Amino acid sequence: MQVCDLLSWWSEVQMGPPDPILGVSEAYKRDTNPKKINLGVGAYRDDQGKPYVLSCVRKAEAQIAAKKLDKEYLAIGGLGDFTKACAKLALGDDNEVIKSGRNITVQTISGTGSLRIGANFLSRFHTEARDVYLPKPSWGNHTPIFRDAGMQLKAYTYYDPKTCGFDFQGALNDISKIPEKSVIMLHACAHNPTGVDPRPEQWKEIADLVKKRNLLVFFDMAYQGFASGDIDRDAWAVRYFIEQGHNIVLSQSFAKNMGLYGERVGGFTVVCKDAEEAKRVESQLKILIRPIYSNPPMNGARIAATILNTPDLYKEWLGEVHGMANRIITMRELLVANLKKEGSTRNWKHVIDQIGMFCFTGLKPEQVERLTKEFSVYMTKDGRISMAGVTSGNVGYLAQGIHAVTK
Amino acid sequence: IMSLFGEVPQATPVAVFKLSNDFKEDPNPMKVNLGVGAYRTDEGQPWVLPVVKKVEKLIVADNRLNHEYLPILGLPEFRSSASKIALGEDSPAIQESRVGAVQCLGGTGALKMGAEFLRRWYNGNDNMKTPVYVSAPTWENHNSVFANAGFKDVRPYKYWDAEKRGLDLDGFLGDLETAPKHSIFVLHACAHNPTGTDPTHVEWMQVAEVMKRRKLFVFFDSAYQGFASGCLDKDAWAVRNFVTQGFEMFCAQSFSKNFGLYNERVGNLTIVARDADNVRRVLSQMEKIVRVTWSNPPSQGARLVAITLNRAELFAEWKDNVKTMADRVLLMRASLQAKLQALGTPGTWDHITQQIGMFSFTGLNPKQVEYMIKERSIYLMASGRINMCGLTTKNIDYVAKSIHETVVNVQ
Repeated sequence: MQVCDLLSWWSEVQMGPPDPILGVSEAYKRDTNPKKINLGVGAYRDDQGKPYVLSCVRKAEAQIAAKKLDKEYLAIGGLGDFTKACAKLALGDDNEVIKSGRNITVQTISGTGSLRIGANFLSRFHTEARDVYLPKPSWGNHTPIFRDAGMQLKAYTYYDPKTCGFDFQGALNDISKIPEKSVIMLHACAHNPTGVDPRPEQWKEIADLVKKRNLLVFFDMAYQGFASGDIDRDAWAVRYFIEQGHNIVLSQSFAKNMGLYGERVGGFTVVCKDAEEAKRVESQLKILIRPIYSNPPMNGARIAATILNTPDLYKEWLGEVHGMANRIITMRELLVANLKKEGSTRNWKHVIDQIGMFCFTGLKPEQVERLTKEFSVYMTKDGRISMAGVTSGNVGYLAQGIHAVTK
Repeated sequence: IMSLFGEVPQATPVAVFKLSNDFKEDPNPMKVNLGVGAYRTDEGQPWVLPVVKKVEKLIVADNRLNHEYLPILGLPEFRSSASKIALGEDSPAIQESRVGAVQCLGGTGALKMGAEFLRRWYNGNDNMKTPVYVSAPTWENHNSVFANAGFKDVRPYKYWDAEKRGLDLDGFLGDLETAPKHSIFVLHACAHNPTGTDPTHVEWMQVAEVMKRRKLFVFFDSAYQGFASGCLDKDAWAVRNFVTQGFEMFCAQSFSKNFGLYNERVGNLTIVARDADNVRRVLSQMEKIVRVTWSNPPSQGARLVAITLNRAELFAEWKDNVKTMADRVLLMRASLQAKLQALGTPGTWDHITQQIGMFSFTGLNPKQVEYMIKERSIYLMASGRINMCGLTTKNIDYVAKSIHETVVNVQ
């Protein structure tokens, strides 16, 4: 046997760095401190810190089980009952886009899969511009997804660390300089990681400016319903842009708002000029999907479709989403109250002003490190905490820790 | 206002799905669908495996289960038990801790992950010029998966001998000998799609010898384990033999057919490497690829398979269900061959029973295929490929007579 037989093909393969977000959960799991808190990954937890399976989901599952359906392949674009309902949820039942058939909505592997299909589609067909402008900061996975699809990443000002709020003027300034036809990524609601959303009048100005600059709008909506508790309110920006004539592309996820994380339920929509164009775009989306995974998984889409299409389940769902959003809002208020109780003199108003699952605390990396090392509070280095990980049981301890590292 | 997508052309539909569509719209009551590769019962119905129904009930009833994210690489108990199915319970590679796995979306997803990894890390960094060889013919999506992963040079290797209706071994070995070193070869582990023609053990060993000597990369596509002969171990012989020969390799596994879990997208990429350290580094890079593609895989199907494989009575029941499917296919093969022989249909039809798995390359040419579709409403691929599962005791006479008529009247 020759020496080269003993070598591996993979000798030169480097150890990849751990994923910053999912890596936090893994470090949390290894920690033996009974007081540990996981404020890393954005998965909802109830007030006992437990995963929450929605009641409407359980009911939908029981209904589906009773139907004794087969397991035949879905079409490449996914379950029709799901994609239609998915589009209606985002755009509104009576939306002119849906009525005229000028949207194509395909089922995707949750939000990530949707963004990836979108990125691949733009990379192949939006050849006038290679640049995608992300808000600064954005979800950590946006950059590698678009880069891997062959796009270039740029940024526009978004978060103001001085106010822990929205840098509206900064955003407008940067957006006004974006070259025509570039892609601009907008978080529809509950911005990840900051929780900072534009107000409606600010959205209007952004929409106006984006139109003037002739930019292609890519909306990422991963938290519809989860932000304010109201489905329509959270989709307001998406619908407004469409009304104003933007033919957007849109990614939706049902991971959080239906608690279907591991079932991988999502949608990707392209709003086209007309139905004929939508058909052409659909055919190309299928060509993109097939060499990745052929066709999408049934289980989660079937659950989501059942909920969206069954009136009393839909009603129950709206109530449960509202409940989850409310618990988050309550935790925000409790955290600030507890920080004040601890004697913190810092301004924590942003904790309440921000919306959705995440809160950009304003903590610096060194403070985060201390919080993790000394208090076993796990979060990402950028100071982002998942409010879903906060409970009435741990909010006091959390406030202690945050105060200790910031006083 | 000009649309940004004004120039997007209409793409041609994927052939096999167009065929199913045309079948659906055909009003002929005698119509038969011998197109898409999914199992059908003798009543022509999809079949949810009894063991699958059982395990689904267990899952729905278990309130401890939830819908949380799986780890990036998938459900651990699924990955390890799936790899065991391919490599064998007592595989030395597993015992030596040099096997890793990535749960993927079906066999396609496993091929995709493997392809993406190879493009980034094999034969240099980001080397898109490494030739990728796929059999002539092969499952048409093989070409797209590798091309989409960035490989610029996807080529056929000789495989099917149309004249003798069997394996072109000399051609196959010849292409292995002349392939540039380090070329990637996609091998069908068993039940070759679309020809149903597999190398014999001796032939596989000849293939292995050349691949080892010429440093070619082994990438198995295993979509039909258990489904081909009815026996899991028998169908995994080639994969296991190559492991014994000391290859580092990938094996893309699908549980779509052998578990009937088509739409749950259950697949596994099994990685055999030189040692545990190599496995560890490879998996860490696989995670990065997964993260920008689907973040983490769907849980339902993997859970189902893991529970089944890890409980003795369920595992036994599954093997039995698999044998049921394989046996029906074997019966249809024997039956079709016998009927064509009895009809005196010109040509030899031994290949129907010699071929293995879901598909048979009938040898019908495109004109004959068109005749079958247009005149008989019997839908099959332009290549002459038929899905044996589309045959039933009720329609087999009609199909046999139609083949006979076609061969006699259309050249």
